[in-house]
Amino acid sequence: MILRDVRKNKRKTFFIVSLFFLFVTLFVYFLSVLFFDNVMIAVIFGLTVSILVSYNAYYYSDKIVLRLNKARVATKEEFLQLNYILEGLCIAANSPVPKLYVMEDTALNAFATGRNPENAVICITTGLLNKLDKNELEGVIAHELAHIRNYDILLQTIVIVMVGFVVILSDAVTRSMFYGKSSDDDNKAGAIIAIIGIIFIILSPIFAELMKLAISRNREYLADAKAVELTRNKDGLINALRKLTDDTEVLEQANKSSSSLFIVNPLVKERKKKNSLWSTHPTIDSRIERLQNIQ
Amino acid sequence: MQEIILGIIIVVALIAIILIIMYNRFIQLNIRCNNAWSGIDNQLKRRNDLIPNLVNVTKGYAKYETETLEKVIEQRSGSITEIAKQNEEISKNVSKILALAESYPDLKANQVFMNLQIELTGTEDKIAYARQFYNDCVQHFNTTIMMFPNNIFANMLKYKEREYFKVSDEDKENVSVKL
Repeated sequence: MILRDVRKNKRKTFFIVSLFFLFVTLFVYFLSVLFFDNVMIAVIFGLTVSILVSYNAYYYSDKIVLRLNKARVATKEEFLQLNYILEGLCIAANSPVPKLYVMEDTALNAFATGRNPENAVICITTGLLNKLDKNELEGVIAHELAHIRNYDILLQTIVIVMVGFVVILSDAVTRSMFYGKSSDDDNKAGAIIAIIGIIFIILSPIFAELMKLAISRNREYLADAKAVELTRNKDGLINALRKLTDDTEVLEQANKSSSSLFIVNPLVKERKKKNSLWSTHPTIDSRIERLQNIQ
Repeated sequence: MQEIILGIIIVVALIAIILIIMYNRFIQLNIRCNNAWSGIDNQLKRRNDLIPNLVNVTKGYAKYETETLEKVIEQRSGSITEIAKQNEEISKNVSKILALAESYPDLKANQVFMNLQIELTGTEDKIAYARQFYNDCVQHFNTTIMMFPNNIFANMLKYKEREYFKVSDEDKENVSVKL
């Protein structure tokens, strides 16, 4: 049952990512139809910027995120049990042991980052450590480990880069339209394509953002399912999720840009909202419901 | 005539490729089982290193239990099922001793004992996880070599079903009833 869930999720992610690529292709096509003489410059500009961003994101994202969240290493001397839980889960998953960090914060939350399982980091708040029992901690850490093993962090990076590409290009094009050439070919079909194209380009950043969020939500379900596959104990994760939502402490370092990385949305206000196109995480209720359906 | 020869060559080449892929798959899965086994073995050794410390610390409190534990450890065991059985015994005795400590406040407050307790429960968990991974690997290997047409080739290469790391089917059922 778990495996079928995982397969379904993977297919969905693949579908969204393909849609994304199709979208970017369409975007570039409209661009070249409308602004043929400067599209090369636009593409080169957009690509350079997004490659630079992606390179930095790929190699330094973990360090940047850790510094943003003011995390420190969880040593064995200080957090023996936590280290043992992580090591145990890594044995079950047959994966390298990620580095373990803690954030001094009373809020209950956790996230994973890095570019591959060999260079990954799991970070949890001290509040989480104090309020969760061992089974619940296992569930949370298994969830983060699942994100790492699914290469969700890499997927996230690719998606962010694609969104960046679309946004930057769309911005550049919208600007250049003010200086742009007048339409020489005044036939009707050309005008319609031009209008659709312009609307498409202007609206594209919004679509791009929506697809990014859809992928992020989808991966949460997948990580939950995989976590249960590891711990063979769904109650741990379910109870942990309940405690995490009921908690009203605000994570001080939380901001919108990194919120999709966390196990539950660190922005407390957003947490109670219904599932919508704009949410980074599925509602806890729907996650618990899916977890209960496993097996 | 030439076409027939060409056809035969292609068929033979295809069969050879399939056999090579099958062969490599068997080897890969077998190695994974071996690695998974050494994962269990490492944790079992680690626990065996910790137990003398536990015996030393708790001797004055739980004489009978520590003696039983020492006896269980001394048993030599061969097959995987036997090792699993011994493992079960040791786990049972270790948790008994750790539970006994609850009634001795001075032992519970002992820093050496507290660390030992975390280390031992951590190692017990790791053994459980390593066993889970090993049994998954064995299941994968066993199904692969039993499926047709793999089973013919596996028989030729003398690959046999591998043993699971568990005491017996009855014990497994007992555990699931408890859950």
